[in-house]
Amino acid sequence: MSTGLDNRAAGTRAVAWIRRVQIASVVTWSLLAAVVIVNALVQPTFFTLYSITSTFATFVPLVFAAVAQAIVVIGGGLDLSIGTIVALSSVVALKVMNGSDALIGLGFLAALATGALCGLVNGILVAVVRLQPLIVTFATASVFGGVTLVVLPSPGGAVPPAMSQGFRLAFAGVPVPVWCVLAAAAIWLALSRTRFLRHVYAVGGDALAAFASLVPVVRIRALSYVVAGALAGLAAMGVLGNTGSGDPFIGADIALDSIAAVVLGGIALRGGRGGAIGAIAGAIILALVTNVLFFLNVPTTFRELASGLVIIAALALSVLTTRKAVVR
Amino acid sequence: MSAVPATTDRTAARLRQAARNPVVIASLIAIALVVVGQLVSPGFGSYNQIISMLRIASFLGIIAIGQTIVILSGGDGIDLSVGKVATLGAIIGARVMDGTDANLAGGILIPLVVGAAIGLVNGLGIVYLRIPPFVMTLGMLGVVQGIILAYTGGTAAGRAAPFLTELVNTRWLLGAPGVLFLWVLLIVVVTLVLRRTRPGWNLYAVGSNRTAARLSGIRVNATVIGAYVASGVCAVLAGLALLGYTESVFLNLADDYTLPSIAAVVIGGTLIAGGVGGYLGSAIGAVVLSVLQSLLTTLNMPESHRTIVNGVILLALLALYGRQRKLRS
Repeated sequence: MSTGLDNRAAGTRAVAWIRRVQIASVVTWSLLAAVVIVNALVQPTFFTLYSITSTFATFVPLVFAAVAQAIVVIGGGLDLSIGTIVALSSVVALKVMNGSDALIGLGFLAALATGALCGLVNGILVAVVRLQPLIVTFATASVFGGVTLVVLPSPGGAVPPAMSQGFRLAFAGVPVPVWCVLAAAAIWLALSRTRFLRHVYAVGGDALAAFASLVPVVRIRALSYVVAGALAGLAAMGVLGNTGSGDPFIGADIALDSIAAVVLGGIALRGGRGGAIGAIAGAIILALVTNVLFFLNVPTTFRELASGLVIIAALALSVLTTRKAVVR
Repeated sequence: MSAVPATTDRTAARLRQAARNPVVIASLIAIALVVVGQLVSPGFGSYNQIISMLRIASFLGIIAIGQTIVILSGGDGIDLSVGKVATLGAIIGARVMDGTDANLAGGILIPLVVGAAIGLVNGLGIVYLRIPPFVMTLGMLGVVQGIILAYTGGTAAGRAAPFLTELVNTRWLLGAPGVLFLWVLLIVVVTLVLRRTRPGWNLYAVGSNRTAARLSGIRVNATVIGAYVASGVCAVLAGLALLGYTESVFLNLADDYTLPSIAAVVIGGTLIAGGVGGYLGSAIGAVVLSVLQSLLTTLNMPESHRTIVNGVILLALLALYGRQRKLRS
């Protein structure tokens, strides 16, 4: 009796493990490896500490936003407001910290709380009021963007010096931005062991079946947006650390980029499949493509076209291969 | 004995049905917004003001034609590239026209062909590579932005042909500019095509159930690809109309029309899942959004408050009838 239960538990653990490895789908990792190799070839200084610090520093915000987006997408939703949540959390934290090193901790709390609150608004509208996620988060993006402008009408303000300097330091020989990316991965791995995330997979895979199996669908859906919002708050701290000042318009590209990262990471937009480690890899791929094109000396006017084509090819590749995985 | 109650029953039922019809609700909201505007700022509801608001709405409305068709085609259909495609259309149009009527035909045809080609690529990617529409058109957004930068080298040049400017900006019959009549004509034609012709019926069939449509001999792939081509063409048309309005182009002229075009479709009662809805609703949705914008501008709100109110009202509109089925049903 008890052994049977143990076996079953081991079975689910094995399934969960396979799922986690599957996320790291072959295509995502090959793309990442390809981008890193090409980058190392065109940028001889790529592996120096300074270069790694500054490269990682630019994509820390997108990495956190991608993890946030991944959770929502796995739950069968979509969040177009991630970008403005990042912007709003960053300006709120900026105001709270007021340039003082002593208030950095409070700034983190403020960013997390702001993000979670925005996520709660999204979550209630999507899960309780039952509106289309795409349109809801488009509308709330407008609301959050407006509030951001009320808090900080124009770019400016200074981040506490300890934060912007600390962001460029190395800790135990590893640059802080790299630690941040590892932290994002650790947060995901910790979350993926929770019942909450198992329920998110269930809801994203088949909401009706989940409902029938007594999964609190409404609460899980709402909570997935709250968690995503809080992660967007962390992305906001990354933005502040990287830029050193506040900008109410910072989030413009983050929402769509995070969705691209999620798809590159092999997460089906239909929900229920994939994992955020892939999304992190996706975010890094996106950022490095831009980097490569810069060092290849592609003329500025063609850089965007080139990166668009590369990204669409990468998207097509990862979508095609995840489809095959489904068939198998 | 029974005739009278039966008719009143039927009238009541019809009224109840009308009250649930998104097209009716959206129209009432548009009218209510105008009334509120007139109360807050007298002159807002004047004939000229309304005409000028409708003129602004026509740009969004024309983009929304394509968006409606794509969403109707189902399979999570959506076109996120419409704003950029409209911008590209205007940029090419301005270059080719270069401010003379002599180049008008080329200045309209060339952008339209480009728009159709972009739509074709979207459609092919979605149908044959099976890339989800959201992802395909999102990727296309980046590519079109790249084409714009590569084509212009970062600076927009050229000018709208005088005829085009006149079509959009000069009051013509009944004090309305030509573009408004063009839009009304499009509303009629698109609605008729959707409701009364074979391609229109095929679109609804494909949108509601692809397998059933395929089994009944409808060419599903061709219909879906056609929807995205139509979307590219409509986006360019709207871009050209905007070009007439602004006379010269900017590199981000119509970029912000993408999400409002989706909102207009939803406000108009077309289901995001596809297969249910129509263009008249989307057109009225475009009017609602444009009236809302000008109401907020008239109120002299700072930009920040305007975007907040805009979002809140959009949510309220959605909550009115955009709600989805409960799980327990």
